[in-house]
Amino acid sequence: MSTEDRETVTGSGAAPAGVAEAEPPAAGGPTGGAQPSRVRRTPPPLALLRNSWRQLTSMRTALILLFLLALAAIPGSVLPQRNINIENVNRYAVEHPDLFPILDRIGGFDVYASPWFSAIYVLLFTSLVGCIVPRLRDHVRALRAVPPPAPKRLDRLPRHAVLTDSDGDLDRIAAVLRKRRWRVVVRGDSLSAEKGYLKETGNLLFHLSLIGVLLGIGLGSWYGWHGNRLLVAGPDNAFCNNLQQYAESKLGHRVDSSDLPPFCLELADFEATFLPTGQPSSFLATTVVEQGDQRPFRASFSVNDPLRLDGASVYLLGHGYAPILRYTDRNGESLESDDAFLTIDGNLTSEGVAAFPDVNLDPVTGARNPDLQVAFEGLYFPTAPDAPPFVRSTYPAERSPAVMLFAYRGNLGLDAGIPGSVYRLDQRQVSSGKLKQIGEGKLLRPGEKWTLDDGTSVEFVGTRQYITISVRYDPGERIVLISSVLLLVGLMPSLFGRRRRIWFRVSPAPVDATTTGRSSLVEVGGLPRTEYAGFADEFDRLVTATRPERAGGDGARDDERDDDERDEAPRPGGARPDGARPGGATEEGTD
Amino acid sequence: MAALSDQLLVVTILGYLLAMICHAVEYAFGTRSVIGRAAARPERARVLVGAGVGAAGGAEPVDGSGPVDEPGSGAGTTLSATDVLTPTGGSRSPRAVLAGRAAVALTVLGAVVHLAVLVTRGVAAERMPWGNMYEYLLSVTFVGVVGWLVLLYRRPTLRHLGLFVALAMVLLLAVAGLVLYVPIVPLVPALDSYWFVVHVATIATSSGILLLGAVPAVMYLIRHGYDQGKRSFPYSLGARVPAADTLERLTFRLHAFAFPLFTFAVMAGAVWAEAAWGRYWGWDPKEIWAFISWVVYAGYLHARATPSVKRPVATWIAVLGFLTMQMNLYGVNIFFEGLHSYGGLD
Ligand code: HEM
Repeated sequence: MSTEDRETVTGSGAAPAGVAEAEPPAAGGPTGGAQPSRVRRTPPPLALLRNSWRQLTSMRTALILLFLLALAAIPGSVLPQRNINIENVNRYAVEHPDLFPILDRIGGFDVYASPWFSAIYVLLFTSLVGCIVPRLRDHVRALRAVPPPAPKRLDRLPRHAVLTDSDGDLDRIAAVLRKRRWRVVVRGDSLSAEKGYLKETGNLLFHLSLIGVLLGIGLGSWYGWHGNRLLVAGPDNAFCNNLQQYAESKLGHRVDSSDLPPFCLELADFEATFLPTGQPSSFLATTVVEQGDQRPFRASFSVNDPLRLDGASVYLLGHGYAPILRYTDRNGESLESDDAFLTIDGNLTSEGVAAFPDVNLDPVTGARNPDLQVAFEGLYFPTAPDAPPFVRSTYPAERSPAVMLFAYRGNLGLDAGIPGSVYRLDQRQVSSGKLKQIGEGKLLRPGEKWTLDDGTSVEFVGTRQYITISVRYDPGERIVLISSVLLLVGLMPSLFGRRRRIWFRVSPAPVDATTTGRSSLVEVGGLPRTEYAGFADEFDRLVTATRPERAGGDGARDDERDDDERDEAPRPGGARPDGARPGGATEEGTD
Repeated sequence: MAALSDQLLVVTILGYLLAMICHAVEYAFGTRSVIGRAAARPERARVLVGAGVGAAGGAEPVDGSGPVDEPGSGAGTTLSATDVLTPTGGSRSPRAVLAGRAAVALTVLGAVVHLAVLVTRGVAAERMPWGNMYEYLLSVTFVGVVGWLVLLYRRPTLRHLGLFVALAMVLLLAVAGLVLYVPIVPLVPALDSYWFVVHVATIATSSGILLLGAVPAVMYLIRHGYDQGKRSFPYSLGARVPAADTLERLTFRLHAFAFPLFTFAVMAGAVWAEAAWGRYWGWDPKEIWAFISWVVYAGYLHARATPSVKRPVATWIAVLGFLTMQMNLYGVNIFFEGLHSYGGLD
């Protein structure tokens, strides 16, 4: 009779015809693709709508949209972008006068805010929602449901085995499976088990988190704001947070200037250290903060370590020097300026303008004399070269500071109402002769004084440090961060999880000399529901573990009863999972 | 130390170059080795590999009582994964096997020296060796090589791909040494951040694995074309590479492993960018291309999970993803100006 046994083992024995509801072994997960719709008459427009929706939420559409999104992001790296570097955009406009208007009209310089870019991601996320809502519903249903009943013919499944030496105790098998975190249900003489729900849970979590990320970004662009400015050291240069105080600022659509949190900031000290090569090695800005009713407090921040205030963070972007110049006019009045000079290279050579519009006033009326305004244009060197030409600093720290000044007298053109740069003289005034250069340039070291032709003088007193800062608030940040973490948490099981099912069915064992009276015939079938190369191994291990004797399966290790039975149990020669045989009868159809 | 590091780089490149030559020798004699024959007949190769894996993983003694349904010779049941490598037929070519083993040994040697290059560089600079593009590329390629060796250890049948891995290493390291080389300088303060270390370490690791993943992807496309009867140049290589579905599955595994890591790396970069520049995402050229790569790889994973998309199409998307990664590595540093321009090139 053992030959008959073997027949059953290989699964080649005669079997009842109807395979009934056995699920297709094909894996690959659900798709939004063409599923035959129920036969029902729908008015054409509705049908069209429904079909478009189905098209939109299909995986193929998602793929195309993803591809378009990638493609649409490219121009942003090729063309300068307004929100990143407006100066580069302006330069591009000058260099390509023909191309610029065309590109500008189609949003080439605001790619990530352009209608076409938005359209792609709006469609993508619509498709995403349309895709996950039904899947979410199905998954919740699947989580509540018990694993489906065993198909009639277990030998048609990708994995199949017959155990002749089992005790047929489904409850014991169920316990072994439960211990391995299978979801198990026993129905009469058969047992169904399923595992790997986490894959779909992870997948849904991942896709939902994508929506969370988008919402966070949206929130940030509606309710966030930022402003950039330059802050010279000293109490006189402190600034308070309002829109006029920023050189450049941007408010979200739902923010207006009264929403900015009140605080004031003074740069007390700035320290930069440099390597002998001139490369910076550390920065530290120390500020005095006044916020709300709190007493003013000192706070330090640095690059990579911003100052976190209530409702805003302050980031250190750059630094430089502001030379202090004292001008003494014809009336003997002295005025001091500490305007920042902008750095133009790594050794912090800086250029800028110190303007004195309110000097040489009429001693009687106090009125401005438009022809006797004074300004100095110049270069500042933290470490001036030892000998001329004085055009470049040789080291970024102040080892041998000097300022190279060019003096101008005349009308500065400040009253014309034309906004000009505070770092440059108005060249129109110079070329029209209303503003005249006086003498040649002059190099001044700290404490040195230069007397001009009219007896007035300018003294280089010293320098103050300045920093450039960005003050920002983004309420969406936290949502984006949390969503990103969830996204990652969901991604892992989504990629590495595997859904699979296994069924056991007990039938009375044929009378057989090699088996004990208690034994019965147990048939096992396994179905991987997603592509899973290791399923055969897992199946074999499971089958071994669910045997009453301890045949290497760890599932039986701590089960005392199994130990007793071990001696009685027949030795190999009974059944073994036929799946372990290469090219076995049920080998085909995996994957 | 710095000079030592530079000299070791030369040794590393030489090591990989020799490994490449040995692989090429094995390749040339390969027709007579088992791999060559197995590869030429995909069905047979698959059975052998399947048997090897099954016997190694199933940990159960073969009791002989079960039906041995072995197509071909009876040797199949006892084949372990390593046996597949050894020629068993009469027409064995010891020279090819020797060359192949030498190639692997040289790769290991190269990797050890490669590590030494990184360590000495790091010691000399007193920081992690990820401060500029030169160092970054050294790290990425090192991860690639280690990944390759791990893979080889687990799947010795893939040894033939070594030629392409070694070729890629030699090319990339030569570019690193000749074009991107910069003397050691410490990090500028903007790069001196905990998150920066996390960001660059994970980016380098995931890029290394994605780099490695492109090898089976391209090989799969070649092999697939070969199986369809194409015999013109790149496809003619298909005669000597592992079976198409082995390559395809490997491609997926590597990408599935690297994708979450890459995702994490981009996120770590965003956290760092928030601290350094005040915004977590600002469409800087590097960020743009990381976004593009991420979307393309997500597209690959989708395409592969969609039954209606053919596997070669999906694999092409993976190759496209690889190209976008290269664009980010070289193109962005060289062509575009942005906050990330710390490559050290002027
Ligand atoms: C914002 C755009 C999207 C991104 C970045 C994205 C990304 C991903 C990633 C990374 C995976 C993991 C791959 C895997 O599990 O094998 C995945 C899986 C999946 N996505 Fe998306 N996805 C997006 C939109 C969509 C949309 C619109 C749909 C619906 C049509 C969709 C349906 C799916 C499905 C069904 C899976 C599971 C595939 C499987 O069975 O393994 N996704 N997605």
